[in-house]
Amino acid sequence: QKNGVSNGTLYKKTFIEHFEQAPMYVAVLTFLGFGVGTIFGYLRDFMRAWGLEKRHIAAEREQQKDFVPLYQDFENFYTRNLYMRIRDNWNRPICSVPGPQFDLMERVTDDYNWTFRFTGRIIKNVINMGSYNYLGFAETDVNALKTVTIELQKYGTGICSTRQEMGTLDKHVELEKLVAKFLGVEDAMVFGMGFATNSMNIPALVGKGCLILSDELNHTSLVLGARLSGATIRIFKHNNMQSLEKLLRDAIIYGQPRSHRAWRKIIILVEGIYSMEGSIVRLPEIVSLKRKYKAYLYLDEAHSIGAVGATGRGVVEYFGMNPDDVDVLMGTFTKSFGAAGGYIAGKKDLVDFLRTHSHSAVYATSMCPPVAEQIIRAMKCLMGQDGTTQG
Amino acid sequence: VQEKEELIEEWQPEPLVPPVPKDHPALNYNIVSGPPTHIITVNGKECINFASFNFLGLLDNEKVKTAAQASLKKYGVGTCGPRGFYGTFDVHLELEERLAKFMKTEEAIIYSYGFATIASAIPAYSKRGDIVFVDEAACFAIQKGLQASRSNIKLFKHNDMADLEQLLKEQETEDQKNPRKARVTRRFIVVEGLYMNTGDVCPLPELIKLKYKYKVRIFLEESLSFGVLGEHGRGITEHFGINIDDIDLISANMENSLASIGGFCCGRSFIIDHQRLSGQGYCFSASLPPLLAAAAIEALNIMEDNPDIFRTLRDKCERIHKALQGISGLKVVGESFSPALHLQLEESCGSRENDVKLLKRVVDYCMNSGIALTQACYLEKEEKCLPPPSIRVVVTVEQTEQELDKAASLIKEAAQSVLN
Repeated sequence: QKNGVSNGTLYKKTFIEHFEQAPMYVAVLTFLGFGVGTIFGYLRDFMRAWGLEKRHIAAEREQQKDFVPLYQDFENFYTRNLYMRIRDNWNRPICSVPGPQFDLMERVTDDYNWTFRFTGRIIKNVINMGSYNYLGFAETDVNALKTVTIELQKYGTGICSTRQEMGTLDKHVELEKLVAKFLGVEDAMVFGMGFATNSMNIPALVGKGCLILSDELNHTSLVLGARLSGATIRIFKHNNMQSLEKLLRDAIIYGQPRSHRAWRKIIILVEGIYSMEGSIVRLPEIVSLKRKYKAYLYLDEAHSIGAVGATGRGVVEYFGMNPDDVDVLMGTFTKSFGAAGGYIAGKKDLVDFLRTHSHSAVYATSMCPPVAEQIIRAMKCLMGQDGTTQG
Repeated sequence: VQEKEELIEEWQPEPLVPPVPKDHPALNYNIVSGPPTHIITVNGKECINFASFNFLGLLDNEKVKTAAQASLKKYGVGTCGPRGFYGTFDVHLELEERLAKFMKTEEAIIYSYGFATIASAIPAYSKRGDIVFVDEAACFAIQKGLQASRSNIKLFKHNDMADLEQLLKEQETEDQKNPRKARVTRRFIVVEGLYMNTGDVCPLPELIKLKYKYKVRIFLEESLSFGVLGEHGRGITEHFGINIDDIDLISANMENSLASIGGFCCGRSFIIDHQRLSGQGYCFSASLPPLLAAAAIEALNIMEDNPDIFRTLRDKCERIHKALQGISGLKVVGESFSPALHLQLEESCGSRENDVKLLKRVVDYCMNSGIALTQACYLEKEEKCLPPPSIRVVVTVEQTEQELDKAASLIKEAAQSVLN
């Protein structure tokens, strides 16, 4: 099935996304596989309960055996029987920089993935197609990391204080100004962790009586932030503008459920690039919908900042739009910039409000200085301010 | 259809953010130039640092910095991936092993942000329909974790074991009415070792007794007490001499004593292993940058090699606690061995805003004379039980006796001049 261009005049370039539909036999075989796995799971559980097979999984303490069990039997069914068989695909430790090639630690299992043992051998120069190192800033070149090394020596590694108390360093101010300039907005604020940026700022922006329209495939951090805020959440089909428009119309016409009072605010949560599907948000259509129905747009550019667009400014640039169209621009520094942390950018009132009311500013530590320096140098390189044309 | 179009035209949303007054205290925050170590440069003025939680003075330690530099050369800065997809480095595994060994538990798990540690750990175990008994003075991260878990929350008065027992008894009578439901409802008590909001410790031995009597599990949050209490810095379990297996989960953040960033949970494998698949801040977020993990390992080494710094820290806390007694207008809140004390106004002047302004004048007086203090900041509308406004005084091992005495006398002076 091809998703074609629905409103050609909004898009400056053609926008074609291909999503292959899985052929029927693959779907049937997958379900059969799950079925067989489940039957074997029940068989094994039966054998374990009757002592015919050894229990590998950790058990509750003797003294606490008469407490209410911590995990329901069924919750762990999937983990015990299906996940354990293929567990060695994930969580593989590496022992070098996650650059284009890295060194993998060899890991074997003697008892079918219940425990792992490191043989001590290191597999060198494995080609890396797994880390989110889009622009290659995860490097150990001494010249590149010169400023980071200096800052680490000067500042140390920790902060030991929150933003509002004693944790705002001059580095943070410098970084925020740079981020604002990079994105072309008025002001920005940085936080120590990308996941926490979403889960702590969405509750600050919306509350009870507001409506959140979120895409089907939004990341857990967005979902958690939406749930913690206490607003009503409605989900629209992935990248489907008709579904979104219908929800918007119904929301404004019928108001809040039961009381039919008008909603205080409507906010649309979308991501720039969806990590699970690989699809790009249809930004021009969403912006036109948002203008028509007076909703607010929150764009999470975790994967797309730095990677998409002619000069790396994200999906806003990719579609040739103005950053002022999006009300809240959010992103993380983990993927393209090779560091850690997140930011929120937008108009000055928005950022001032977040400086005073964000949960992270009051209760969580700020970003650590060497990491901030890494982001500064990466951004300067992208903006061409470091004198080279590498960016 | 005409009506619908009209409705759409007429609807006006609230502005995205309400306007913030220009003189809001949080907008004019202190900018620190240079590292936040013992001598800190705030807003251009050099002061002695009594505000950062740098209890063991490891923020400026050369060995820690060297270890971080070595790790920087080897691994770069970021990990570019969550733990599941090639974001697990050998330093992470080493740090988890070291922490488990240090705390004498079976396993430990690391998070990349201190706030996310307890806020992800609680919802991994406690779901809708379970019951959690939590202290009133629990910190905000715990409150967010409880909110995300959607369990039934029962607050008991701060450190009041009688109140807790009352609630547990009530729960027991409820259980008798519906035994089938009771058999599947999990029960938890969430307490902090050293409370951030009040500076006192929780009565852990009584809690253990209640645990076995009423069959509830205990989650202990040791952000302030890790690296502070106990003979070797193992926290409140060592302080009271309790077997660590009695506590189901200990969660702490490495941002206070270990002068790094991130957090960890430790306990038995039975409990910790579950978080590797269901801890949201663990599975869906990038892992801790390796230079911070290396710094934490080095900090642990230092803690293990010099167990007498804990004794020194405790002595300094007692000293300043004694020195700050008897200031007119301010009362000291917190245990004598707690390194983070609060100074609250003895009599409030009516509204919280005025109290905050008054305390700010005290803080400004001290800052102008070379002692950096801070007010404890809270989000007024979001906290369940808002503590009264206070000034936080933090004691670190690096402060000398003269500095402690100077700080105490300066605070006395400030209180005299501002409050009288």
